[in-house]
Amino acid sequence: MTSVIKRLRGLPGYLFLGIWTIFSLFPLYFMAVSATNSSRDVLASRLVPGAELFTNVAKLFAAQDVAAAMGSSFAIAIGTTVLALFICSIAGFGFEVYHSKGKDVLMGVLLLAMMIPFAATMIPLFQAFAKLGLVNSLFAVIVPSVSTPLLILLFRQSSRSFPSEILEAARMDGLNEFSIFARIYVPTMRATFAAAGVITFMTAWNNYLWPRVILIKNDVQTMPMLIVNLSAGYVTDYGVLMLAVLLASLPTVVVFLALQRSFANGVTGAIK
Amino acid sequence: MSALTATPKRARRDSDGLRPDRPWLGTDRRHSLTGWGFLLPAAVLIVLVSFVPMIQAFILSLQTGRGTQLDFADPLWYNYQRLFGDEIFKQTVGNTFIYLIIQVPIMLILAMVLANLLNNPNLRFKAFWRTAIFLPCAVSLVSYSLVFRTMFANDGFVNDFLAAFGAEPVNWLGEADTARFVLILGLLWRWTGFNMIFFLAGLQNIDRSTIEAARMDGANALQTFWRVTVPQLRPIILLTAIMSTNGTLQLFDESWALTRGGPAYASMSMSHYLYEVSFQRNPNFGYGAALAYVILVLVAVLAFIQLRVGDKRD
Repeated sequence: MTSVIKRLRGLPGYLFLGIWTIFSLFPLYFMAVSATNSSRDVLASRLVPGAELFTNVAKLFAAQDVAAAMGSSFAIAIGTTVLALFICSIAGFGFEVYHSKGKDVLMGVLLLAMMIPFAATMIPLFQAFAKLGLVNSLFAVIVPSVSTPLLILLFRQSSRSFPSEILEAARMDGLNEFSIFARIYVPTMRATFAAAGVITFMTAWNNYLWPRVILIKNDVQTMPMLIVNLSAGYVTDYGVLMLAVLLASLPTVVVFLALQRSFANGVTGAIK
Repeated sequence: MSALTATPKRARRDSDGLRPDRPWLGTDRRHSLTGWGFLLPAAVLIVLVSFVPMIQAFILSLQTGRGTQLDFADPLWYNYQRLFGDEIFKQTVGNTFIYLIIQVPIMLILAMVLANLLNNPNLRFKAFWRTAIFLPCAVSLVSYSLVFRTMFANDGFVNDFLAAFGAEPVNWLGEADTARFVLILGLLWRWTGFNMIFFLAGLQNIDRSTIEAARMDGANALQTFWRVTVPQLRPIILLTAIMSTNGTLQLFDESWALTRGGPAYASMSMSHYLYEVSFQRNPNFGYGAALAYVILVLVAVLAFIQLRVGDKRD
């Protein structure tokens, strides 16, 4: 009897979670299922998988250079992640393990950069890269996001758990400071690297505004740029569009599902 | 909270021989220099891609002209003066504040309620709910914008769904209010789960015994939530409020891809207008930079107010 009452008391909660889950998942289902339907079926709200997937694939690849856009997006996301992990982890290590008052002050100043809206730096950044002749290069897409206060903070906070005994022991063994970082710190901080890697990869893959600004010729484009271009025509083929959106979303969704814990730790890690 | 207050309570490394009052000063000096060397690349990059352009943008905002032919304006504040007479700019400021005032509070309350439900130790299928609610974060802003644009097309899914209940079709993206509504719905879809994760992390730091004690004293679930849980979540509420405000003031992708700013300028965000002024038709970097500075000042002022209000009740 009491257990039944307990169950009933939980019911509104389950109902609310259920409704939000449907709201949350439906657009994704709609996207996936529409990728297999013709444009007319998408508009007729056909919500079951159709047989048009290969037709849509053929149309999409005929209309846009998907392979090139995928290549650019992967190059940008992986390049940003590798560089950001190196630059920010060694900085976090430097801030915490060689802690000093002056470094605290510098960290405080760098954190202020988090409050600078990208809009306020975008135009001078564009001008600077234009002056260097780097407009339209993937390098220009990557550089502004390889050093972020948030990642440095994340590494600094988790470096606190790096035991100082290990540090001393390693020095006794004659390891130099960089070797301590590379051979001891990096393997110990694997969880932090995973968290930082996931958020950086996803942010870099999904970024739209800066690539849109700096890649001015249409021959270099990222997946988010490709799907917007696809939707900008006078007549939109919704089946093809949803297929492209699905392809643009798959890499980050896969990373998310595989490393959800790391992602959650990454976004919230710096506040702990 | 350390993300915002720079020097939180931290475990000082007093015992590991890195302090300058130890006898082997030479090694310490060297270690300290090594530390500076390690953080130098990151610090230099942040200065070069954030602080320097921020100052350049201010100088730029005092200039007029096209392309590279820029000269200081007369009067210097000409671009700012022009902004205050620009009806489209005022419209985009209004739109941004509509999104801010309506969407952010609804989203944060929903995120808190969802986190509270997920934090219940007796909840079943917890991992499933969490993944499902969090999943929209994996999709890029332009991707979901285009999915929503397709669903809310005139002959799209939502109107078909409404027709099944005998309702008239709605011109969702063609009317000002409904276009803004769809954009707000999109923002709720994409960001509620993201904020929920912060509240979940915050709830895990709350001592469950405070909640149980309140229930023992006869408080119902709602009272316990508002009187016991919410006050303990204040730092997280402050953090998520500042992040969301910051994000909304910089809103671009949804305005660009979901509503295309339309109809006319009815749903356009400030950053979208900034992009249009700076990089489309007749690019005007000086005017764009002035607009960017208005966004920068708004971000700073609102964060300051929120920090003040958030800390006051301590």
